[in-house]
Amino acid sequence: MMGGLVILWTDALVFLLLFFSVAFAVYAARREHLRGPWRQVVRSRVGVSTLVILSFYVVIGLLDSIHFEPQFSPDQQTGAQVQSSEVYSLFDRLVQPLRVRQEKTYSAPLATHLYAKENIEQPDGTVIRDFPRLQYGGAHLADPERDWAQDIMRLSLIGLIKGLVVTLVMANILFALLAARRSGGFAGAAKEVLSGKSDIPWRSVLITLGLLLMVLFWAVELSGRYHLLGTDKVGEDVFYQALKSIRTGLLIGTLTTLVMLPAAILLGIMAGYFRGWVDDLIQYTYTTLNSIPGVLLIAAAILMLQIYMSNHADEFNSLVERADLRLLFLCIILGVTSWTGLCRLLRGEAMKLREVDYVQAAVAFGVGHFQIILRHILPNVLHIVMITVVLDFSGLVLAEAVLSYVNIGVDPTMNSWGNMINSARLEMAREPVVWWSLMAAMIFMFTLVLSANLFSDVVRDAFDPRLRSSR
Amino acid sequence: MARRIHGCTVGSGWPAAGLIAMLLILLNGCGERAWNAPYPASEAKSNTLYSSFSERPKHLDPARSYAANEYAFIAQIYEPPLQYHFLKRPYQLVPLAAEKVPEPLFLDQAGNPLPDDAPVADVAFSDYEIHIKPGMRYQPHPALAKDDAGVYRYHQLTEEAVERFNTLADFPHTGTREATAEDFIYQIKRLANPRLHSPIASIMAEYIVGFSEFASELTAAGDNGGFIDLRQYRMAGVTQLDRYRFKVRLRGKYPQFVYWLAMTFFAPMPWEADLFYSQPGLDKRNISLNWYPIGTGPFMLAENNPNLRMVLARNPHFHGEAYPLQGEPEDGENGMLDDAGKALPLIDKAVYSLEQEVIPRWNKFLQGYYDTSGVSSDSFDQAVKFGSGGEANLTDEMLERNIKLATAVETSIFYLGFNMADPVIGGDSEENRYLRQAISIAVNFEEYISIFLNGRGVVAHGPLPLGIFGSREGPEGINPVVFDIEKGKPRRKSLQEARALMAKAGYPNGKSIRTGRPLVLNYESASAGPDSKAQLNWMRKQLKQLGIQLVIRATDYNRFQEKLRKGTGQLFMFGWNADYPDPENFLFLLYGPNGKVEHAGENAVNYDNPEFNALFDQMKNMENSPERQEIIDRMVDILRHDAPWIWGFYPKAFSLYHDWYGNVKPNLMANNTLKYKRIDPATRNARQQAWNPPVVWPLVLLVLVLMASTVPAMLVYRRHERSAAR
Amino acid sequence: MIAYIVRRILYAIPILIGVNILTFVLFFVVNSPDDMARMNLGMKRVTPEAIENWKAERGYDKPLLFNSASQGVGQVTDTIFFQKSLKLFQFDFGTSDSDRDIGYDISQRMWPSLAIAVPVLLIGLLVNITYALLIAFFRATYIDIWSVVLCVVMMSISGLFYIIGGQYLVSKLLHLMPISGYDTGFAAVKFLILPVLIGVVGGIGSGTRWYRTLFLEEINRDYVRTARAKGLSEGIVLFRHVLKNAMIPILTGVVVVLPLLFMGSLITESFFGIPGLGSYTIDAINRQDFAIVRAMVFLGSVLYIIGLLLTDISYTLVDPRVRLS
Repeated sequence: MMGGLVILWTDALVFLLLFFSVAFAVYAARREHLRGPWRQVVRSRVGVSTLVILSFYVVIGLLDSIHFEPQFSPDQQTGAQVQSSEVYSLFDRLVQPLRVRQEKTYSAPLATHLYAKENIEQPDGTVIRDFPRLQYGGAHLADPERDWAQDIMRLSLIGLIKGLVVTLVMANILFALLAARRSGGFAGAAKEVLSGKSDIPWRSVLITLGLLLMVLFWAVELSGRYHLLGTDKVGEDVFYQALKSIRTGLLIGTLTTLVMLPAAILLGIMAGYFRGWVDDLIQYTYTTLNSIPGVLLIAAAILMLQIYMSNHADEFNSLVERADLRLLFLCIILGVTSWTGLCRLLRGEAMKLREVDYVQAAVAFGVGHFQIILRHILPNVLHIVMITVVLDFSGLVLAEAVLSYVNIGVDPTMNSWGNMINSARLEMAREPVVWWSLMAAMIFMFTLVLSANLFSDVVRDAFDPRLRSSR
Repeated sequence: MARRIHGCTVGSGWPAAGLIAMLLILLNGCGERAWNAPYPASEAKSNTLYSSFSERPKHLDPARSYAANEYAFIAQIYEPPLQYHFLKRPYQLVPLAAEKVPEPLFLDQAGNPLPDDAPVADVAFSDYEIHIKPGMRYQPHPALAKDDAGVYRYHQLTEEAVERFNTLADFPHTGTREATAEDFIYQIKRLANPRLHSPIASIMAEYIVGFSEFASELTAAGDNGGFIDLRQYRMAGVTQLDRYRFKVRLRGKYPQFVYWLAMTFFAPMPWEADLFYSQPGLDKRNISLNWYPIGTGPFMLAENNPNLRMVLARNPHFHGEAYPLQGEPEDGENGMLDDAGKALPLIDKAVYSLEQEVIPRWNKFLQGYYDTSGVSSDSFDQAVKFGSGGEANLTDEMLERNIKLATAVETSIFYLGFNMADPVIGGDSEENRYLRQAISIAVNFEEYISIFLNGRGVVAHGPLPLGIFGSREGPEGINPVVFDIEKGKPRRKSLQEARALMAKAGYPNGKSIRTGRPLVLNYESASAGPDSKAQLNWMRKQLKQLGIQLVIRATDYNRFQEKLRKGTGQLFMFGWNADYPDPENFLFLLYGPNGKVEHAGENAVNYDNPEFNALFDQMKNMENSPERQEIIDRMVDILRHDAPWIWGFYPKAFSLYHDWYGNVKPNLMANNTLKYKRIDPATRNARQQAWNPPVVWPLVLLVLVLMASTVPAMLVYRRHERSAAR
Repeated sequence: MIAYIVRRILYAIPILIGVNILTFVLFFVVNSPDDMARMNLGMKRVTPEAIENWKAERGYDKPLLFNSASQGVGQVTDTIFFQKSLKLFQFDFGTSDSDRDIGYDISQRMWPSLAIAVPVLLIGLLVNITYALLIAFFRATYIDIWSVVLCVVMMSISGLFYIIGGQYLVSKLLHLMPISGYDTGFAAVKFLILPVLIGVVGGIGSGTRWYRTLFLEEINRDYVRTARAKGLSEGIVLFRHVLKNAMIPILTGVVVVLPLLFMGSLITESFFGIPGLGSYTIDAINRQDFAIVRAMVFLGSVLYIIGLLLTDISYTLVDPRVRLS
């Protein structure tokens, strides 16, 4: 059933980003001033725990970034393979049932009936008004009122046990690996880890991983039979929407910084290094851009994109492509509004570095400007770049929600937490309140942002020596 | 030092909460008014109606205003010659400013009178003679203020003099005078003034004799932006007969003209107002006819702050009108005639607050702070349930609060249009017609109504909403292309039939026979609300059932309009709200010469069927009669077969109101119903207090918790200080 | 000093011109004069002639940037850009789609915005500094660690949630304050409490954490150690030395945002129905009333530049060494 691979713009950038991250990791591993702080990060309990959670999100985001066009079965008449213009991701394929099993309208988490009463025609022709059964959620139950609680308990228990078993297996593999690398044997390694005495706090890793896996398996068990977080107005599974939104959130948080990085680094260093008119010009550029209120600039840019798209409608054949381009454009324009901070920081740093002895010496020896920037300045500002990237991440994820509220965020057909919250505004006025969309978006977003914030704290403490002493 | 820090901790904690509590008590007085009341306590017992508006009006000038949210205000202020009867159904025109509903006098080319039953072809002109009521006086207004010598006080304002005035209320003197036939004529001339861009100028130019010439004369005279005294120019077709009578001459026969006379476009306008507002400097302060109306009606705009609220107050010079004595038979039982014969208006004031978010609006209604509310689809389940027969009832929660429900099928239609100029979906070819019919079956508007409107709509079987002449109910009203008739009730054809039609159209299973690729259609959408995502997904789901892939092209409203104008779209959702209750006002949306792309008309789908066009020309000027019905039936059959629209739905207006709010009867044509409404302020205030008891204990609890939390902090502090000292 | 300020003001002019050109290009690409005419004239029964008329009347029938039909200077001045955009410099914003004078509306709507923004800033400052001082006092204890975690947790909650939750709890469940609305004069206080409260609570997380960092930075300086060595109690050290010295970055941080308070808060205002500039902007975006959006962009830029200017000046006042550079 798998068809041809489709590489969307954002997918390409995601994998470019992945490539850069790996390359940077290899680069950093060979340089003590970058490796040291990272070692400190992975030795902090908070650091590793959040890293586990973040990688969980990243894995889902990456799976959701591999798109392909599904192929239909050979056509009766022509016998040729036909491609549709719809695009699915690998993640969609994994959670196929979640995507396909749509109800008619709202249903509460784990419900077996719709949330709204409807006229149901009885076999004898009379019409009664009641909550109809769901088409999929809990459809296997003969008598929901009697079996429901028991069934939920059973499935939960199975899920939790599965999660626990997998965790135990992974713990044992870890012990074995550790034991293989040093003396003390399997028992010794296990003891060291479990008592929390290992260098890297493996115990925290295992606990976080265990909890995550248990939640994961529990969710898998339940969402197989029910709608774990209910369904939305048109009956789409909210759990699926929240999971799909992960990619959007991550992309906004990372791509924005990625697209702004080259400009910010180049201009920032140039301004600080060359001074004079170059500095004036660059400062002028970023002050001008910065002085335009960000939201308004974004609004104008998004509207411009819409015009471009309606004038070139034929270039965007599928919904996914349109949404993707809008997302990319949003990232770019968010980048434009936020690159100035980093640029200013780098300018200051480059100005300082320029006066340092070895740079002065290089200038005296007649080394080219380009060489100096590449050899001496760039490596010494990389940690600032990294801290900014990590720090900006959570703010951008939160910003997406606000922008969607003003209707200038991602495409309304795209799954994002902002869009979910935006729809939930109306749901809060319902009585009884439809709270699950809002809650699902909030919890998923909160977990990501909280982990990112805690992680960025650890990273900053590790890299910023001024504050290191104060903790 | 310990004290100071301690004081500081506390400073941010419990006194803050205490302060808020005190402020609340201070602000709300004691027991006068509920704490969360959004109005001052002094207004608690006044005879005031409270309502809301969600979008600020753009134009309050009667020559320009053409939107429901604007009529909500100006229809209470301006009085056109005619109005719709408040209670009688079907809608019936009765006099308002006029003494009686004018009857047209038909003339031939030479100007000789013709009998009423003269053939349409012979009628060259029709004369409408309008008698207006004597004694109608304008609301107090500075434009009419005269000093003792009889000279207008504010007609020679300078920019410096204007500096002192921020709103119209800042002018110390006001005046009034009687409205005369001249003022009605003045307003008709304003409709023709090109500077005002009246939306009905083009249609009036077609009918009123001398209208276009008048406009060109004005243009030729040049426009310096200042006051143009329209009295100096003559419009050939409009003549004053005496102080209270004037005559309008139309080209040909146009029976729909009387409906226009019931719209504020034809309300009287004193020339003094035009002069007054054209003075320099007033525009900069938003003091213009567009924002400060001057009318003869029961109300006047007392406070004009479209950013916050609009307040209508009783016009002290109102000429008086009595509550109708007769209505429909059931009106007596419903208490609609309790006030029969009483002097209107029944309330003193109406306060409209700007309320953009749905949640606050609904909650304030439930709390009793708005007297009436529409029902949004999301609060629907809370308010309304359906009985076993499908009739709408209030839920117990609403009944407990004595809330009442009024429903009416609106005289508007929402439809899904196929752009007939598009080669894939449009045109007259048999295949494309099958395709359109198949899609018409697949897009299940019953489901749409139930999901997005909670049943607040009626599935349309044709272009004419129920209650408009020519629409048919029951079995003969069913659209046979989309529905089967089963026991006299419509039943949507099955998807199998739709798929069969798809195969006939050349798209078996949604795949083109010629290319083998699935059919991809574009759906233009301008919606950008919280609900839009769900709606777009739903639409995709519908077409997917036939294997058609729908590409949503979401865009902004301007772009959407542009696509309609250029005819580059394929599918789109659009709507039309009736100007007047006549089938012509709906069928002209599909009349070929009204095509959007070629003629910039209102026919957004560019449908052009010669047979239909001919029938339309014939039907347009007829009186309502069985012959007219027959022609309309034929027209509707043609439309159903061609399926240029998916006949979407006629929305149903559900409005809820509290029991202290009286004389509510939905009237979709009349906009000036505020004067009939009744309020019982004592009941209202009592209910508001009973429903909104302040719950203070969490606040108290918060204070206690904050206080308690300072204790361990203090202990730690002590220990710390001691150890530091050591 | 005066020469310095004059120099800074002169520097602002090219920036404003840049902003002006940029917004002009952005908005006129997005919103052609035809679109403006259509928005103004309404939806029903609009003829092409009416649109041409409308454009001619308001001077939108001219070319955008360069008029080749005119003579001499007219080639530049007889254009939409020159006629419409440069007027912004005189704070003449023109009229909105609903034919209202934008300048007048802005002057009316900035007061409600200030009525929310100023209390949020002041109360927020007071609360955040107090908490930050406390946390700094208990530094390196469990109170410190958990407070910081709490701050991070509060920071990680979306602002929308604070608003939706706050309205639901305080107005709907407890009936304590009106859900939304506004009034003029003293009566407005009743409507302001809830949005201000939510604004302050929403800002505690990031604010407290930021001030804590500032205080910790000061605490580790030599003079603080000296003071402590003299035997001063921790409270005095914190108040007299740390707070006083940290006041400089705190105040300059506040000065930057002061002018922007006029712009109001977009989300809070539209949720609470407060007729300020924030909701004005949101409305304009939603209704695509670009004349208003353009005016707000320009206003925002001017205020931002004033903020920068004030910061520079306050730096020179606090620390005379800066003036030399």
